[in-house]
Amino acid sequence: MDSTVEIGLRVNGERATRRIEARMNLVDFLREELGLTGSHVGCEHGVCGACTVRVDGRIVRGCLMLAAQADGADVWTIEGLSDTGEIRDLQEAFVERNALQCGYCTPGMLLTLAELRERNPAASRQEIREFISGNYCRCTGYEAIVDAFEMARQRQGGPS
Amino acid sequence: MKPAPFAYVRPASLEDAIAALDEHGEDSRILAGGQSLMATLNMRLSAPEILVDIGRVPDLAGIEETDAGLRIGAMTRHAEVEASDLVASRAPLIASAMPHIAHPAVRNCGTFGGSIALADPAAELPACAVALGARMTIAGKGGTRTVDADAFFRGLYETALEPGEVLTAVEVPGIGAGWKSGFMELARRHGDYAMIGLAAHVEVQDGRFGQGRLVFFGVGERPVCAVRSAALLDGESWSDALGDRIADALKEELDPSEDLNADAPMRRHLAGVLARRVLAPLAA
Ligand SMILES: Cc1cc2nc3c(=O)[nH]c(=O)nc-3n(C[C@H](O)[C@H](O)[C@H](O)COP(=O)(O)OP(=O)(O)OC[C@H]3O[C@@H](n4cnc5c(N)ncnc54)[C@H](O)[C@@H]3O)c2cc1C
Ligand code: FES
Ligand code: FES
Repeated sequence: MDSTVEIGLRVNGERATRRIEARMNLVDFLREELGLTGSHVGCEHGVCGACTVRVDGRIVRGCLMLAAQADGADVWTIEGLSDTGEIRDLQEAFVERNALQCGYCTPGMLLTLAELRERNPAASRQEIREFISGNYCRCTGYEAIVDAFEMARQRQGGPS
Repeated sequence: MKPAPFAYVRPASLEDAIAALDEHGEDSRILAGGQSLMATLNMRLSAPEILVDIGRVPDLAGIEETDAGLRIGAMTRHAEVEASDLVASRAPLIASAMPHIAHPAVRNCGTFGGSIALADPAAELPACAVALGARMTIAGKGGTRTVDADAFFRGLYETALEPGEVLTAVEVPGIGAGWKSGFMELARRHGDYAMIGLAAHVEVQDGRFGQGRLVFFGVGERPVCAVRSAALLDGESWSDALGDRIADALKEELDPSEDLNADAPMRRHLAGVLARRVLAPLAA
């Protein structure tokens, strides 16, 4: 049986076509085939959130989706969101609030928070914590991350 | 870790999916949202030769009202069920369970049917399906059949699905007048599988309970319907004394499993805690 597949998708606005092994997951595809190493690989079983990327407008676990399943999809990674400036305010607030130390969780955290402000811009601290409950951070203790989200929101004129 | 190599097909119709499963038999596996299957492949707990991705089979996803109640397509993502006004009004028990399933990124991919087909003993949706008397629609080579939730969940990760069959939808019957539901679970961290949880669906008239179902999850190999404890509700209004009687009855009736999260006496105790917290507001 053929264990390879041909896929074509859009990544950060650019078209990518490859023949890959069917077993390759999306985050490995992004890192190894496209050199987009901003999305990280931690646990590889869906627990840590380091591999979070955006597929057709929604965040997913890059380690639990086959690249083949993303055939035809519109994928965005931390590189793309940094280039478009969509999350610049969040990134600045992260730096100011020390919401990152080693930075391993940060790309996944930022993609998750970008979705949170689409879906629930007025989220309470408790709701922010619940929304990032699938993203592990072993450095910051999370409080600074919640602070950074609130700071960015306040600067946009939203609730503090 | 990385999965062992496999082939991948993405059938464009239910017939093609069933044919692919039939052709490859035991070596094949259905891929839905992948939120449980991918982890087991990555850890090499299983190594099928071919994955049959049902993600783009038409008509498997979506929520609609039917004469019998509500039909939730197997490929409907958890996030869509969570956001559905229809589910909130027609099956509030399911609506209140959804936020407890994993984390947002997992709910964006994971499917309603995948959770039912997997039948994890600590999962929310199998317990809700049993509490509501849902019916599973199953398609296979021989045609389509339906199985009641009670008969569908057979044991640890074991269901009435035969090899080669696809769960296509779950039908939730309409809710009778005066029936109310309540849901609660206890987990160490938000989004983790529950240590124990309760899906309750009970009749309440003028502050008095009637018939009802108390279905616990995380306490056995499949959702556990506490029949004798639920019978104590019949004709009663809520009181602390009733709560005590039910908590005692649950200690007798439940025979919970033990794991790193909780031993059996702790789970027996927590069953009573959940019953009080869920039932008291329903009679108010
Ligand atoms: C970090 C994390 C936390 C989680 N926490 C929870 C939780 O708290 N509660 C919970 O319930 N779940 C939890 N899950 C699991 C999640 O809900 C999955 O989405 C779900 O269990 C399986 O759905 P899926 O669509 O991803 O199925 P898949 O992973 O694709 O499939 C699971 C199994 O079911 C079979 N299958 C799938 N669909 C069908 C079908 N239509 N017909 C026949 N067989 C089928 C597959 O062959 C496979 O064996 C968690 C997952 C992760 C990664
Ligand atoms: S690497 Fe994907 S969740 Fe940990
Ligand atoms: S900054 Fe180190 S894991 Fe979050």
